[in-house]
Amino acid sequence: MLRGLWKLTWIEIKIFLREPLGAIGTIVVPVLVFIVLGRIAKLRFGAPAPAASGVSGADIPVLVALLIAVSAVLSLVTIISIYREGGILKRLRATPLRPQTILSAHVIVKLLLTAATLALMLLAGKRYFPPGVHVPWFSFTIALLISTWSILSVGFVIASIVPTARFAQPIGAIILYPMFAVSGLFVRISDLPPVLRAVARVVPLTYAVHLLTGIWNGDTWMVHLSDVAVLTALFLLFTAISAKVFRWE
Amino acid sequence: MHPVIEVSGVRKTYGKTVAVEEASFEVNQGEIFGLIGPNGAGKTTTMECIEGIRKPDRGTIAVLGLDPFRQVYKLQDRIGVQLQQAQLQKRIKVWEAVDLWASLYGKNVIDGKRLLEQLGLTEKRGSWFMNLSGGQKQRLFIALALINDPEVVFLDELTTGLDPQARHAIWDLVRGIRERGKTVFLTTHLMEEAERLCDRVAVMEHGRIIDIDTPDGLVRRHCPERTVVLVADDPAAGEHFKAIPEAESVSCVNARFTIRGRGDDLITAVIRCLSENRIRVTDFRTILPNLEDVFLKLTGHSIRE
Repeated sequence: MLRGLWKLTWIEIKIFLREPLGAIGTIVVPVLVFIVLGRIAKLRFGAPAPAASGVSGADIPVLVALLIAVSAVLSLVTIISIYREGGILKRLRATPLRPQTILSAHVIVKLLLTAATLALMLLAGKRYFPPGVHVPWFSFTIALLISTWSILSVGFVIASIVPTARFAQPIGAIILYPMFAVSGLFVRISDLPPVLRAVARVVPLTYAVHLLTGIWNGDTWMVHLSDVAVLTALFLLFTAISAKVFRWE
Repeated sequence: MHPVIEVSGVRKTYGKTVAVEEASFEVNQGEIFGLIGPNGAGKTTTMECIEGIRKPDRGTIAVLGLDPFRQVYKLQDRIGVQLQQAQLQKRIKVWEAVDLWASLYGKNVIDGKRLLEQLGLTEKRGSWFMNLSGGQKQRLFIALALINDPEVVFLDELTTGLDPQARHAIWDLVRGIRERGKTVFLTTHLMEEAERLCDRVAVMEHGRIIDIDTPDGLVRRHCPERTVVLVADDPAAGEHFKAIPEAESVSCVNARFTIRGRGDDLITAVIRCLSENRIRVTDFRTILPNLEDVFLKLTGHSIRE
């Protein structure tokens, strides 16, 4: 049923790496942000940010992890709109490739990209989180992939509504980045005005922040089942919406 | 000969615009069938309905006995498609595209290396799509359309934007497809292309199919006018030409005669007249109508307007 999925995925990975600017922008920028923020934190606190000392220690890794996810989603929005405008989606559809195969390949590429960037970030961040401090890397990676997956479904909805490839990046950024403001990362959700609190409730980033912060601080998955459930539900909701409104040409 | 494509009463609208109105025709096994008409006539929409990419509002279509919309995946295994103005990923390599396409079809996949060789793309195997010339891109799209050894090949505005040399090379390729027993369905707004390539053509305008026949048949039926232009330095020649029964008008400027008439017999009659009256001729030309004239006659305007 998913004939051609792996081949298409592999080709898309190679194509992505052949575009130096895109690859650097998506991978290097979040890592740089992380290093800069890590340095500032180190200067301010005079010591490496201790991971186990409460929520504040998780802020930077969670923020950067989500930046990684969002930049992956933006890259997806851009690629899909370029492919649509160039007739590439249409050309691929006029083969035995199923539409869901084409989109799945892109989701897989973006998840792999997210995981790779996260690995780079953790590698670069070793000096701010010295060995000995227990950080659940593996669970954190899984949590980020679940979050990315959910945000990607919002990306497909955005990719459906952008009129041309030229607007993909700005429209995507305008929709995605403000989600950080209501996600609870900077201001506690209970301190938000009621309207924004309602918005926060349907934004996957909110649950992603809660999930990632908890996992970073050593919570078990059992505590965060509701976050995972909501992220999955939001994924299903936005996928259903994009299935309705998605344009192939 | 039996039809491999049967289209009956197809109508397709986009909002209030009627793109195709009551299109009906059949395409036979092993022929090159052309849908001709100006841009915006509804050719691509008609073709995409047959390929299963679009669903017609009304009417029935059968391709190889299959319903293109309901059985699209079954159909796509057996047809090859080249879309108008399609692109591939900018940085996909030629061999990767061929390899991907080959992996999509279950059986009957043609050897991609040999296909690229036949299409003169061997040297470009490792090139990115974005670095190919227009003709190379079209040849790659033909390769992708042929990779599954399809029974019917669809080519939409195949040579638009190509220089004459590349165009002739592509025409040879299309004839080669027919020689392998395949059926070719193509659209074009180039009358020369239709004349040189197609066994039969359907003339389309404003979403309607106006007429269907061989290019010769269309010309014969709609444009029987024949013109002979000759240079004869003989003052009596004009009288002889006027006596030809098939000649409807004879004019002369500086010993250059223009003889107009109807039907294929005019030319024979002029030649006979020349020989019977021993008229010495220093130039002799016939002006025959072509598909462009047919189109002008059928629609009242030129295809280029």
